[in-house]
Amino acid sequence: MIDNHILAPVFIHLLTAIVQLIAWRKTVTQRFLSIGGTFLGLLIAIRLFTKVYNEGILTMNASNWDAPFGIVFVADTLSTTLVLLTSIAGFAVSIFSATGLSRQRMRYGYFPIFHFLLMGLNGAFLTGDIFNLYVWFEVIIISSFVLMTLGGRKAQLEGGVKYMAMNILASTFFLTGIGILYGITGTLNMADLALKIQLVQNQTLVGITSCFFIIGFGIKSAVFPLYFWLPSSYHTPPSAVAATFGGLLTKVGIYAMYRVFSLIFVPDEFTKDLLMGMAILTILTGAFGALIKTNIRRLFSYLIVCHIGFMIGGLAMFNKAALMGAVFYLIHDIMVKTNLFLIAGVIRQLGGTMDMTKLGGIYKEYPKISLLMALVLFSLVGIPPLSGFWPKIYLFQAAFEYNQYFYVAALIIGSFFTLYVIAKMWSEVFWKDPSSDEVIEDKFKPLPLFRKILLILPICILCSVTLFIGLNAEAVIQVTERIVNQMLDTRPYIEAVLGK
Amino acid sequence: MRSIILQTATKYLLPILLLFSVFLLLRGHYEPGGGFVGGLVASIAFVLHSFAFGTENTMKILRRKPMSLIPIGLGIAALSVIAPTFFGLPPMTGLWFEEPIPVIGMIGSSLFFDLGVYLVVIGVVLTILFTISLTED
Amino acid sequence: MELLLILVLGLLYAGGIYMILRRSLVKLLLGIILLGNATNILIFVLGSLTKGKPPVIDADFKIFQDVYADPIPQALILTAIVISFALTAFAIVLLKRVYALVNSDDLDDLNTPEEEDI
Repeated sequence: MIDNHILAPVFIHLLTAIVQLIAWRKTVTQRFLSIGGTFLGLLIAIRLFTKVYNEGILTMNASNWDAPFGIVFVADTLSTTLVLLTSIAGFAVSIFSATGLSRQRMRYGYFPIFHFLLMGLNGAFLTGDIFNLYVWFEVIIISSFVLMTLGGRKAQLEGGVKYMAMNILASTFFLTGIGILYGITGTLNMADLALKIQLVQNQTLVGITSCFFIIGFGIKSAVFPLYFWLPSSYHTPPSAVAATFGGLLTKVGIYAMYRVFSLIFVPDEFTKDLLMGMAILTILTGAFGALIKTNIRRLFSYLIVCHIGFMIGGLAMFNKAALMGAVFYLIHDIMVKTNLFLIAGVIRQLGGTMDMTKLGGIYKEYPKISLLMALVLFSLVGIPPLSGFWPKIYLFQAAFEYNQYFYVAALIIGSFFTLYVIAKMWSEVFWKDPSSDEVIEDKFKPLPLFRKILLILPICILCSVTLFIGLNAEAVIQVTERIVNQMLDTRPYIEAVLGK
Repeated sequence: MRSIILQTATKYLLPILLLFSVFLLLRGHYEPGGGFVGGLVASIAFVLHSFAFGTENTMKILRRKPMSLIPIGLGIAALSVIAPTFFGLPPMTGLWFEEPIPVIGMIGSSLFFDLGVYLVVIGVVLTILFTISLTED
Repeated sequence: MELLLILVLGLLYAGGIYMILRRSLVKLLLGIILLGNATNILIFVLGSLTKGKPPVIDADFKIFQDVYADPIPQALILTAIVISFALTAFAIVLLKRVYALVNSDDLDDLNTPEEEDI
């Protein structure tokens, strides 16, 4: 079905960014515009999600060119779910940024760039053209470069160089893959590619091309041999930026992998084994890396890497139960990882540092905030009935069914180490008495009540979404099931795009 | 390095290059040209001026910061992209006026998109180059 | 012509990878630029070269009467060039700031011990 308004989530952020650019240097106006823009974006995303859920896949042919020739935008359940989650996370982060960010950074254009980033994310989720996906990826990385280095502290710039080099390299790999794909099939439309790729005589070449995509998306989503840029850069930017990055940027890589490897290259045995090996090693390196870190945000960075492995492993098995687990985990992970970095920002406000050895006694002073944070940490670990618990059931079930015992072992080790580091963090940061020789300044107490609310409110919003996912898992499972059915049987997608 | 030859030549070249950039912008829809190339030519005219007279003087003849061109250009381009949706067409569809206008020719929404690109390119290129050249010392 | 382009392509990829593996910041940047250009030429070669036949239909006809060059690879390369222009401009500014702060061109010096995070 054709709907000309499916790009509204993209345009709302574009227009917000333009108005904010006109209000350059007026940071108060920009804050209100940002919160208003993301709220409108959230409403539009909810509307789009319900419409797609009720009426089926919607498409839009840009500039009225018919499907395989022009650029097509497709809203199916997977993309609208991710647009919805991005909008929720964007709304929460924009509220947090209103007080959690120094005025200096706002003056240099934090808010417009943040909206360009959200625009790029929504565009990447909604496009149905592989080269257009590349263009949205570039919009995302160029905004993320600016956000990463905004403020210009030494550590930030050093992290920025590594981040930039690896991401440009990933884009080059992705573009090379697109070039070869166009050379062997003569089309860029993903639905058309799905049909034409089966007719290619030389399937070895198709396999080699798929490796370019694995490397390109692998760097972006930080899987095992290609993850080094993530822990060396994600702890440097301010918490609001780190929350956007940690929650959303690596997940775009995962989304692209799900899309490309369900629609265009349906995984064969070799790809499955390759992805499974990468997934297992990603989980293990992430878990072991998190063990030795004392800085909270470095610890969270390694946990991102660890949990990326869970989702790649689900894709590697490529059957219904495994994909259900992987997609559900993706939904849960976006909410929780965004929240984790916001929590890290608040902890820094409370304790003046992010070093676990220096922090302590937060539970005694702020019991309510601590309990709120505990809820998020429990859901990250996967305590039933919170959101992290349900996808793991599916992943374990699928792994046992298909005899992937190494993956089961990796899942157990990954979950156990997550539990261990979070428990360690809890006792160090919240329960331990603060060390007496370090004078820790509390930046949170002197803040006016209004700003305190602005800092805590986004955590409450994301936390209530997490609670909803956990307690109302039935509804989320229904959405996930529909997504997985569309991933396994791509005919409705192809028919919606090509109109046959 | 202030060369009298370059300065005199620039005085004549600046208006010609700007005119040429507008020419490239307007012929862009059916012939080679367009907003991006036109914008590059226009910004190169100002870069030439800054070579001859110094960046401070170029800032003076521009009157306002090149940065302020970016939101204007983006706004024009975004509006011309969204406009067709109000007529029930997909975004980016070309909307054309019925009658051609003398000298310029047929006018449609794609011209406004190109105009937006033109302004954004001038704004971005000049902002980058001025930033680099002013932090030199 | 195609053979020549393929040779250039190989040289650019080899040069780009060699430069990326160096420790100097400037060489890293040059390597990235070379790799980007190599990819552009790869797309160009894969789109099968047709010399001197632009994809423009004569005014008298409704459809193509002859072989014509595929316009899509050219459009892709143009987009990729514009994007890499923006990325390169940003990278140059970033490397310049890093050089001013760290006062070194060596990537190994970019590991200052952990300072207080914000």
